[in-house]
Amino acid sequence: MSVTYIDAIREAQETLLRDDPRVFLYGQDIATFGGAFKATKGLSEMFPNRVFDCPISEDAMIGMAVGAAIEGMRPIIEMQFADFSSIAFNQIVNQAATHYYRTGMPIPITVRLPSGGTPGSGPFHSQSMEGIYSQYPGLIVLTPASVSDAYHMLIDAVKLDDPVIFCEHKFLYRWLKAKSINGDHLPIGQARIIRSGKHATVVAYSAMVHEAVRAAERLQQDGWEIEVVDLRSVKPLDIDTVLASVARTGRLLAVGEAFPWGGVTAEVISRVTEEGFHLLDAPPQRLNARDTPVPYHPKLWAAHRPTPESICQALRKLLAF
Amino acid sequence: MDLHPITDGVTKSREFLRSAFHSMLYARIMENKLSSLYKAGKIVGGVYLGRGQEAVSATLGTALVQGKDIFAPLIRDQAGRTAFGEPPIDCIRTYLGSIEGPMRGRDGNIHRGRPADGMPAMISHLGAQVSLVAGMLFARRLLGTLGDSVGATCIGDGAASTGAFHEGLNLAAVEKLPMVLIIANNQFAYSTPNNRQFACADLVERARGYGINGFSLDGTDLMACTSVINEAIRLAREGQGPQLVVARLLRLSGHGEHDDGFYVPTDVRNGHYGRDCIELAMRQLVENGIASLDEIRAWQDQISDDVQRAVAQAQQEAAPDPYHDDWTALSTRFPLPNNQPAALPVLS
Repeated sequence: MSVTYIDAIREAQETLLRDDPRVFLYGQDIATFGGAFKATKGLSEMFPNRVFDCPISEDAMIGMAVGAAIEGMRPIIEMQFADFSSIAFNQIVNQAATHYYRTGMPIPITVRLPSGGTPGSGPFHSQSMEGIYSQYPGLIVLTPASVSDAYHMLIDAVKLDDPVIFCEHKFLYRWLKAKSINGDHLPIGQARIIRSGKHATVVAYSAMVHEAVRAAERLQQDGWEIEVVDLRSVKPLDIDTVLASVARTGRLLAVGEAFPWGGVTAEVISRVTEEGFHLLDAPPQRLNARDTPVPYHPKLWAAHRPTPESICQALRKLLAF
Repeated sequence: MDLHPITDGVTKSREFLRSAFHSMLYARIMENKLSSLYKAGKIVGGVYLGRGQEAVSATLGTALVQGKDIFAPLIRDQAGRTAFGEPPIDCIRTYLGSIEGPMRGRDGNIHRGRPADGMPAMISHLGAQVSLVAGMLFARRLLGTLGDSVGATCIGDGAASTGAFHEGLNLAAVEKLPMVLIIANNQFAYSTPNNRQFACADLVERARGYGINGFSLDGTDLMACTSVINEAIRLAREGQGPQLVVARLLRLSGHGEHDDGFYVPTDVRNGHYGRDCIELAMRQLVENGIASLDEIRAWQDQISDDVQRAVAQAQQEAAPDPYHDDWTALSTRFPLPNNQPAALPVLS
C-alpha cells in the first residue's frame, strides 16, 4: 500500500472538510469531475455544498475567497494550473495580501497552485510562481517536496490565519510515493535537512529536492558528501537552518525550477552572503531554469530545468574552487 | 421604472428622503472641508470627492441596514458611507493619517473600511470589490446566516471596463447572490469620456448578458434614486439574484482635487446632468413639505460644527510612529512552535 503526493493533498482536503465547518473548496472542475488532477475526487459527494465548480474567472475566485474569509470562512481555492493564477494576481497580492496590514483583519485563504513542469506541458502549464508571490508582503508561500509534507503542510496552511500560496508540484503528483502520510510534521517555516554531508550544501525546494538528492547520490560515489536542505517553506525562509548547514560545509548551491532572474535561489544566496559571508569557502552558486518560456518538447523541457546532471556539474565546479 | 416614492409608498418615503438628504448634505460639507484642507497642504496624497454622486450614494447607504447588509463603497461614496453608519471621524482620521483611524495611517483617503461591520475597505484596483462582496454573501449562505441580507457596491463607468467587473458580476449571477451593483456613470473615467470607454448605448444593456435585472436612472434626482434603488434592493432581498443599476450623472469635480476637470466640455457641464443633485433634492424636499428650509439650514450648521470638531480632534491625534510599528504584514508570528517532539528527518 502506498500513498502518492496527490493522494496526500486529496486526503488533507478531506480531513479539513471533515474537521472544520469553515472550510470549503472552490475551483474549476473540482466538483463532479474531481479536479484536473483529481485532487478533489469524490469530495463533492462526501461533502455536499462544500465543494463548488466555478466559472473560469481566476480574479473573481480569489476576490470571492477573500470576501468569504472576511465573513469567517476558510476557503481553499484550486487554481487549475499555477500559470493561471496570473489572472488572479491582483486579488492575491493587492486584496488578500494587504488586508491584514491595512485593516487588522487577517485573511485565512489557501490558494493551491499546481506548479512546475511536466513533459509536454509547454509554456502555459508548467510555471513556478513561488518567487513572484514571495516578493509581496502579506503572503506565506509553501513548496512541499514530500508526501508527508503535502498532507501536513496543507492542513497547517488552512489553519493559519494568513493567506497561503500552496505550490504543489505536478511532477510529484503521481511519481512520488510513500508508505504513509506519516512524517515528522515540522512546523511551517522550518526547513529540513534531508541528507547530511560535509563538503557542500544544496538548498532546494519542491521537485528540485529530489533532483538534488539524486545528484548527491552520484557524487557520493566519488567520495563527496553533499548536504541537502529542503526549504519546505520559501516564505518565511528558514535561513538559520541554511546558515547552520553552510557553517558545516562552507559551500552553497541553491537550486530552483523557476526562471533565473531573482527569485528564491537569489534570495537564499543573498541572505547567506549577507549574514554568513565568513562561513563561505567558495562563491555561492545558483542553478535555475533557463531564461526562456518553459518549452513543450520533452527533450527541450528536460534541458530547461535543473537536472541531476546539471546539479552535479554545478557542484563539481563549486567543490573544485 | 416610473415608481415615485412620494406617491407609491415603495419606501417610508418621508423619513427615508430626510435621512438620505441629510447624508448628502453631510458628505458635501465634509468633502468641502477636505478640499480646503488639501488646498492648504494639510492632507498628503489625494482627495477624491463624491460631488454630484451624493443622491445615488446616499440612497444606497440609507436603504442598506448596517449590521445586516454589506456595503462596499468606492471612491465617490462618502454620502453612502455616512448613510450606512460609518462614523464621519473615520473619514477625517484616514485623510489626516491619524493612528486612531480604522487604517491607522497605513492606508489613506477613501481606502478605508470596517470589514467586520460589513463595510470592506476598497483597494484601488477597480472592479475588485465586486467578487469580494459576492464572497461575503456566499459565505453567509454557507453559514446559514444570509437571511434576507444583501450586499451592494458601487463602481464607475470606467471600472465597468475591467475584467474584474465582468468576472465578479458573472460569478455573482451564476451563484444567484443577493447583490446590488450600482454603476455611477459620471461620464468621465478620470479624463476619459464614455465614447472611449464602451460602445453600447447604455451600460444597463449588459445586465441582459449576465442574466440579471437592469435599471437605468437619473442619478441627479434623489426621488428617482430612492424608488429605483429601493426596488433593486427589494428584488435582491427576495432572492431574485444580482441587480444592476446604472445611474447617469456628472462628476462635479475633477477626478481628485489635483484635477480641475478642464476636459469636461462646457455644454456637458451646463447640460441636464450638470445640475447639482443636492440643490434639486433640497427643492424637492421643500416643495413637497418633507423638510423646511429652516430645518435644512439647521442641519447645515450642525454638520459644519460636527466636521470642524472632527477635524480639530483628528489634527491633535498622534500620527503613526515608524519606530514603534510592528512592520509585519502577517498576523502569524514565526517561528511557529514544534508540532511534536523532534523526530528524525524523513523524506517520504
